[in-house]
Amino acid sequence: MKEQLRQIEETASAAISSCTDLRALDELRVKFLGKKGELTAILKQMGKLSAEERPVMGQLANEVRGKLESMISEKSAALQEAAKAAKIAAESLDVTMPGKRPAMGRLHPLQIVENEIKEIFLGMGFSVADGPEVEYDYYNFEALNLPPNHPARDTQDTFYITENILLRTQTSSVQVHVMENQKPPIRVISPGRVYRSDAVDATHSPLFHQIEGLVVDKGITMADLKGTLELLMQRLYGDDCKIRLRPHHFPFTEPSAEVDVMCFNCHGEGCRVCKGEGYIELLGAGMVHPKVLEGCGIDSSVYSGFAFGLGLERIVMRRYNISDMRLLFENDMRFLEQFR
Amino acid sequence: MNLSMKWLADYVKLDITPKEFCAGMTMSGSKVEAFEEEAEKVQGIVVGRILSKAQHENADALFVCSVDMGGEEPVQIVTNAKNVQPGDLVPVATPGTVVTEGSESMKIKVSKVRGVESRGMFCGLSTLGLTQHDFPYADAESVFVIQEDCVPGQDIASAIGLNDVSVEFEITSNRPDCLSVIGLAREAAATFDVPLEVKEPAYHGTEENIEDTLDVEVQNQTLCTRYAAGLVRNVKIGPSPRWMRERLRASGVRPINNLVDITNYVMLEYGQPMHAFDLRYVAGGKICVRNAKAGETITTLDGIERSLSEEMLIIADAEKPIAVAGVMGGEYSGIMEDTVDVVFESAYFEPTQVRLTAKKLGMRTDASARYEKGLDETSMLTTLKRAFSLVEELGAGEVVGTIIDRNYANPVQNRIPFQPDWINGFLGTEIPAADMEKYLTSLGIQVENGEAVSPSFRIDLERPADIAEEVARIYGYNNIPSTVIKGVAEAQFTPEQKFNRTIEQAMTGMGCSGILTYSFISPKWFDKIGLPADSKLRNTTTIMNPLGEETSVMQTTTLPSMLEVLATNYNKRNAQAWLFEISKEYLPTTPDKLPEEPQRLTIGMFGGCDFFDLKGMLEVLMEKLGVSGLRFTRCGEDCPYDEAAAFHPGRSAVIYSGTAPLGIFGEIHPTVQENYGIGVKTYAAKLDIPALFAAACEEITYKPLPKFPAMTRDLSLVCDESIPVAELEDAIREAVGKPLEKVELFDVYRGEQIAKDKKSVSYKIVMRSADGTMTDEQADAAMKRVLKALTKLGADLRM
Repeated sequence: MKEQLRQIEETASAAISSCTDLRALDELRVKFLGKKGELTAILKQMGKLSAEERPVMGQLANEVRGKLESMISEKSAALQEAAKAAKIAAESLDVTMPGKRPAMGRLHPLQIVENEIKEIFLGMGFSVADGPEVEYDYYNFEALNLPPNHPARDTQDTFYITENILLRTQTSSVQVHVMENQKPPIRVISPGRVYRSDAVDATHSPLFHQIEGLVVDKGITMADLKGTLELLMQRLYGDDCKIRLRPHHFPFTEPSAEVDVMCFNCHGEGCRVCKGEGYIELLGAGMVHPKVLEGCGIDSSVYSGFAFGLGLERIVMRRYNISDMRLLFENDMRFLEQFR
Repeated sequence: MNLSMKWLADYVKLDITPKEFCAGMTMSGSKVEAFEEEAEKVQGIVVGRILSKAQHENADALFVCSVDMGGEEPVQIVTNAKNVQPGDLVPVATPGTVVTEGSESMKIKVSKVRGVESRGMFCGLSTLGLTQHDFPYADAESVFVIQEDCVPGQDIASAIGLNDVSVEFEITSNRPDCLSVIGLAREAAATFDVPLEVKEPAYHGTEENIEDTLDVEVQNQTLCTRYAAGLVRNVKIGPSPRWMRERLRASGVRPINNLVDITNYVMLEYGQPMHAFDLRYVAGGKICVRNAKAGETITTLDGIERSLSEEMLIIADAEKPIAVAGVMGGEYSGIMEDTVDVVFESAYFEPTQVRLTAKKLGMRTDASARYEKGLDETSMLTTLKRAFSLVEELGAGEVVGTIIDRNYANPVQNRIPFQPDWINGFLGTEIPAADMEKYLTSLGIQVENGEAVSPSFRIDLERPADIAEEVARIYGYNNIPSTVIKGVAEAQFTPEQKFNRTIEQAMTGMGCSGILTYSFISPKWFDKIGLPADSKLRNTTTIMNPLGEETSVMQTTTLPSMLEVLATNYNKRNAQAWLFEISKEYLPTTPDKLPEEPQRLTIGMFGGCDFFDLKGMLEVLMEKLGVSGLRFTRCGEDCPYDEAAAFHPGRSAVIYSGTAPLGIFGEIHPTVQENYGIGVKTYAAKLDIPALFAAACEEITYKPLPKFPAMTRDLSLVCDESIPVAELEDAIREAVGKPLEKVELFDVYRGEQIAKDKKSVSYKIVMRSADGTMTDEQADAAMKRVLKALTKLGADLRM
């Protein structure tokens, strides 16, 4: 019997050691250790042994079982490990294959910049106002100190709906609505579409976008206007961005200024982009004309304010180096996909 | 306005480069567009004296000249010019010079012309950028033989006075006074802190009294507040002297003859237009300033006959109009070769009338452009005197000693409070009061008794803010500090603005890209989308003066613009375009009122999508926006949107939240797709943003996670093809009642095992009770109710 056990131990050990797959290993376990296995078969003969031999044989049988069990479990672990390694090896991917992209929409570049500017002003305490695009002459011109027959009206080629109703030529019309409806302090911007009868070319469009800004309160100064615009441009173009104010004339501001921003390309050195100037003309601004304040029922001896209007297309085209304005309105996917 | 720097030097002495001048002027408010150094255009061209001229040995039409160029040895030059002779002084372009003729540039080289070496080229007027107006004695077609005081080797710029610098200014409409040399000189004096030297002009004049010959009657003293006239007898018409021609040319004005040049010269110098009439054609020796009579006409200097109307102010003689006041003179009364006596006019005409007349006649002239901005009402005598001093200086005629001056003017002189503290408070500066006074004085604004007095040439100055601007621009806008607005302000986007941002985010998140289209469209586009002829959307806000028909009406539907963009993308061979736009419709109200401008979300797609992709996108969007209670109805006769005609009738739907319509969407009608030339299935949606906003629920309320397990039953039904699944779903919902958690359509089958015109639909029904674990019996009971309800609808359990 002892020999039989040793025999089993030897055969089983050899078989387990040389086993290479988990299923075969399981078969070995059944063959040797299972209920109908060889070891069990021998143990069934224990009854035939003498009382002295029985414990000795029993111990030996348990030793053999224990040894085989631990061999099997070790082998099983090793084989599982090997199988996992093999699976992992087999699962290797060509990671340079293209990814599966979920659809990604883009915002129009104009919208991107408009949103950005709105956020900047929101941070400075400006709220955002909207106004009608089809507008009364009064709001677009007269209330802005441009009475009928004012020569400056000629310079804004206006689309008329009736004699008295037009497509607004400037977002400045919203200034008047805001001041009529709100008491100072006022801090508001108003982005939107404006219209002028310019034929379409690389730098002109009959429809374009402006962002109007208006601040009215006690003690608002021209230095505040400068500081506000400087902050805007630094947020848009970087902290080293400088602005330059030049005297100009707008009927609805006094003093009026044209605002140049330091050329983003050469940082003021002068280059091809800025035609050697170092600065690029970007917007118009000024202190709200007392006639405009008073027309809206705001006492100009108590309150002062500033206003500015910037052309969104110009900022967008400069930022992305877009040379033809028509691209903005054409909406070719190959164009749109370049923004995010 | 083009300014001659030489001319400017008559009034201010500046010791700076043209570039510094331009920069300084721009920053004080006279914006320089460009400046041009005349000498630059003729660099490399020098004076040569022809020593000898011989026939070219190989060419009949060519000559070989020996030319003294100021150097030790004469230079050989081959020319085809017949008009040059030994002894003549001519401009010679030396080797290396780039000469420009019209649009062509050519570099002069040492070369062989038919075998003979030539070391330069003789130049004609056009090569120097000149015309016969500049040098009337020169041959226009051939080489310019110089009759000026100059020597061989001298650069041509100094030899013929081409050494001026012309500066082009952009003058704003409020500063007509700067459309003049003296006006700009005053600005320069203030800008660079140098004195302005202007003397009152004077002339001698004859003993004759003008009133013996000429009478002036101003009938309309509102539109013509001042009219001054003078007379010059026995004029000698001829070219003006070179200095005058040079200055006119540098100012962009063509020299004509001495008398015309004088009127232009004075206009450029003082900004006051001046007119000259031939006395022979002033019938009755009488000038009458009056309104035109109905039916009167005038042939203006440009040779065009123009009808006048009664609101127009004219200058007439005893019989007929001889000029349109402030706009243009009549043809026949102008200065001619045989003119003997000339009447000079210097007048003030009311700006608006001049503007309207010029506009109505369609002829904006240099004079009208000045008058309409409002000139100095007091400058009439000064400018006449200046003209007469020039007439005498040029020997162009005998000036009659007296002047007629009809003066009804009441010149504006505003006395504006001068408050240095207020100005500093307004600008945010600390400029000393004395400096402010200095700035103002240098601009001709006197400060007296705490008041700033506006000079007669500055009608734009009315209020303290105007004075503040004058101070600020001479002080320098860029010397004003930058400050942060005092006080705190809190701001946030309105709920509507946030809502639009959410829409943008949701749409881009689902793969749609934002576009930007025009607000105006072509009325033909209504036909293109198949809109019914009686659709209210054809009632538009229409532009009176559009650029063209295709941009002539404000859109009443956003759909056509989207389809245009889809068509563009299809034509550009883009395989896919998923687009959206938030824009407005412009819906007319009453004729004299503004239209409504509601916002719309428009979606357009082709490529890699179908009806249910679009519908699913809308469902997700609604979920994101918090719009619930969605209902989809196929567009029928009661469709609230006229755009339904643009959609495939079987593949489009109206989306409702409860009973409120939110929008329309679906596949574009094959005919409309053809109209746009799009060769693939195209989908679009138009949603009403205010309606979405009204239906949206901003609040998010958390519901506790379920405590008890759910009971799930699958159900397969067979029903008529025509029954919409939404009806089955509604029936299931109602039949299950409160325990229903979810009913999900997971399969629709049509095919062999199913009868024709029937479909099989399979649902997963999830039920859950809030009070305890649902039992099988409860679930079975619910399913029994469901089956009963479905049977009523004609749907049977599929076996």
